[in-house]
Amino acid sequence: MSGVGFWPPSTLEVVFLLLGLVAVGSALMVVTTKQLVHAALWLVVCFGALAGCYLVLTAEFVAWVQVLIYVGAVVVLLLFGIMLTRAPIGRSDDLDSGNRVAAAVVAVATAGVLVSVVVGGFQHAYADLQPGAGSAETLGASIFRNWVLPFEALSVLLLAALIGAIVLSRTDIKGRG
Amino acid sequence: MHVVYPAVVAALLFSIGVYGVLARRNTILVLMSVELMLNAVNLNLIAFDVWLRDVLHSGQVLTLFVIVIAAAEVGIGLAIVLAVFRTRKAIELDRLRDLGEP
Repeated sequence: MSGVGFWPPSTLEVVFLLLGLVAVGSALMVVTTKQLVHAALWLVVCFGALAGCYLVLTAEFVAWVQVLIYVGAVVVLLLFGIMLTRAPIGRSDDLDSGNRVAAAVVAVATAGVLVSVVVGGFQHAYADLQPGAGSAETLGASIFRNWVLPFEALSVLLLAALIGAIVLSRTDIKGRG
Repeated sequence: MHVVYPAVVAALLFSIGVYGVLARRNTILVLMSVELMLNAVNLNLIAFDVWLRDVLHSGQVLTLFVIVIAAAEVGIGLAIVLAVFRTRKAIELDRLRDLGEP
């Protein structure tokens, strides 16, 4: 399909692979660390590296949305959850359940299947990166011209989730029964 | 950019998320692992959108939608976790066995 070989890798590919390495490494720390708060902080590193990956792939608007929503909102929400459930701050050795070995086997099997299928299927696929394909202007035009209905449905979904979260967490609302 | 690189990174992230969901017993850590899996899917969507040069930019728009849904999911999930914590005083998954086999 394309005559571009794997060696030597271009600068973009090297940068992407380094960022991907950071993302995968910090994701591993998220699932293996013994401290709850550290898991949330490693999650920040992972999401930041992923935002960098999006930038390299010319999806700049998505990268900033990732930083704003994931790093800014979701991780803060998770930290709130950690604090509110009075989780042990500091080392705790009981964060993993008894089926760690089975989980590792399943994960390694998943990784093996996915990586081999992906490498087999997209060995020769080559994406020619051109700046501008992911700018806010392009994406905004696309959303508000072609994706208006899903966008509106999503706003209603967010409202429903908000109300649901409020109803679930308030204690002074009694059921009918 | 070879499409294989982002696809392999996404596959690895996804399997790390699978490991986290299966191996952790704290509910909030399980939620974090679910976020990792969603992010792996997002990376795939971006990479394939850039590769296929979609006119509608469906990959990137869908990524934004997934991010929004993930935010809603975390909000609801944490509300449920807090409700469980209020009634049971525990959020360890293997201690919530009221509906399990004896």
